[in-house]
Amino acid sequence: MAAVLLQKRFKSMLGGHLGWQVRPAPETVRTGVTELDAAAGGLPRGCLTEISGPASSGRTSLLLSILAAATEREEACAVIDAEDCFDPLFAAAAGVRCERLLWIRCGHHAEHALEAVDLLIQGGGFGLIAMDLGDTPLETARRISLTSWFRLRRAVENTPTVFVTVARESNAKTCASLMLECTRERVSWSQNSTKLLRGIRVRVARRKPGRAITAFYDASALE
Amino acid sequence: MFAALHGRGNLQSVAFEFSPLVEQTALDTITFDVSGLERLFGLTQDIATAIQRRANETGITVNLALAMNPDAAIYAARGFTGVSILPQGDEAKFLGSLPLALLAPSPELEETLERWGIRRFHELAALPPLGIAERLGPEGLRLRLLACGEVQRKLVVLEEPLGFRAELELEYPVELLEPLAFALARLLNGLTTRLATRGLATDELRLWLKLENGAPHERTLRLPVPALDSRAFLKLLQLDLAAHPPPAPVVDIRLEVNPVKPRAAQSGLFVPGVPEAVKLELTLARIRKLVGAEHVGTPELVDTHRPGAFQMAGFGRAKSQGRPPMRVRLALRVFRPPLPARVEIASGRPGFVAARGVRGRVLELAGPWRISGDWWTEDPWSRDEWDIALSDGALYRMYCEPRGWFVEGSYD
Repeated sequence: MAAVLLQKRFKSMLGGHLGWQVRPAPETVRTGVTELDAAAGGLPRGCLTEISGPASSGRTSLLLSILAAATEREEACAVIDAEDCFDPLFAAAAGVRCERLLWIRCGHHAEHALEAVDLLIQGGGFGLIAMDLGDTPLETARRISLTSWFRLRRAVENTPTVFVTVARESNAKTCASLMLECTRERVSWSQNSTKLLRGIRVRVARRKPGRAITAFYDASALE
Repeated sequence: MFAALHGRGNLQSVAFEFSPLVEQTALDTITFDVSGLERLFGLTQDIATAIQRRANETGITVNLALAMNPDAAIYAARGFTGVSILPQGDEAKFLGSLPLALLAPSPELEETLERWGIRRFHELAALPPLGIAERLGPEGLRLRLLACGEVQRKLVVLEEPLGFRAELELEYPVELLEPLAFALARLLNGLTTRLATRGLATDELRLWLKLENGAPHERTLRLPVPALDSRAFLKLLQLDLAAHPPPAPVVDIRLEVNPVKPRAAQSGLFVPGVPEAVKLELTLARIRKLVGAEHVGTPELVDTHRPGAFQMAGFGRAKSQGRPPMRVRLALRVFRPPLPARVEIASGRPGFVAARGVRGRVLELAGPWRISGDWWTEDPWSRDEWDIALSDGALYRMYCEPRGWFVEGSYD
């Protein structure tokens, strides 16, 4: 109640203008998944976007699409691979232009990944920085303090960089501006003479900001 | 005004430190234009002192002469020891006592002059020019003008050698990198200043360290684009030496840079920003120190069907592999190295899988997908691949090869 009174008094002093309190909406970029772009509106620049979900839920497929879209825009991209699980063959198949990609393999050291991200953000110039903690043990990922996430969020603020993290569960909490949660809906197997994995259907739920929005997309396996 | 140095040693380097207009008159004589140095040093005597001091510092003993024309300076330097400054208009008087042999006349002319009793410059200078022209021809007239110190000509200018190298011999062996950095900073500052004065930059730094045990320690840093930032170069060298420290104390440092034209580029309004090259190189050097040099770079696919084959290239140096079409693809998260698995076979198919971090009953599977390759080489490979859905909820790719079963990665 007191806050409302204060705001009223302040508003009267400023002649009714409180526009300075409103932050302009960040510029967004395409994820490369049409259904998700239509539903959630893309990824914000200068913000932390968190993609979470259990193993085989389609998180990495979404990350590869994001990387493909960013390299298509001729932007310099970086993947900080905490568990050394990135496969360039699958990335190229998804449309990632590998010559515009910086791949940092941290060899199962999440703390090295955090330091590398910090250095890259400070260096500037990257259109997209993705930190992959998708296979990092839950206890290790949980050990990353909120202060570290906050520092990274502050570092990326007011830059044109899209900062994406992939993990099994949400770690950045309030520091993330956009939270996408992936779930595998179903698996498709071919029914020919030789049975093959054809792809998966992924359900992406936007948990933050605003109301929850859900989108579905199909990720097809390599032929 | 011209200066001439006569002596032994690297006269060229001394001359180039004072003037870009340098003539290699003879093997032991260098002449250079010092006009305009008065604004820097003051009087002619001060210029002479500066040149003499620099020559002494570089360890060469020379005769130095300054005159208003190059030939007068050359003969003074060859004929008088120490420093000679020829006053303007009095060149003939100054050079008068020098022997005629310095002018190197032809043998016939020398014999004629000897018969006349002409042995010194002042004796030749005193002869009437018309008479000399009649009796000795144009060569005699030229020698007379030289003896008078009146010949005006332009220098045959040498092209300055573009060698950017600096060396520092340390007074005592240096063990730590920090004091070594001070010495490197001094060398780098000198080299970058020299590059800057010629409008050049560098794309390669070569560091050669002589160690106390006599062994050399060499490092080469290649920059993605030409740059001229001595502070960034120093940091790069520091990071490189921290990653590859010299095995023994350092007694001698030699640093060489590759001179190239600086990159001229203008970024467009609508072109996406890219990391600033030197800053990125510094960032990557720091990251390399953190995770290892072989773990940082751009992935490059290699022309083979061997699973997991790729190579790392420097960021920004990888070849373009075309513009592949964008499609939402199911990705594979690779386990490096592949996880050895214990597989229970039921009805000729995997029924249960256990590996480090992976354990469950096989709910659904596809395969085997038999692949092989490189059978014509010494390193052939073959395997049966299976895609499986485990009861832990994840999809995996596993394979069977002669060494056993392995889980290659999880689909995601």
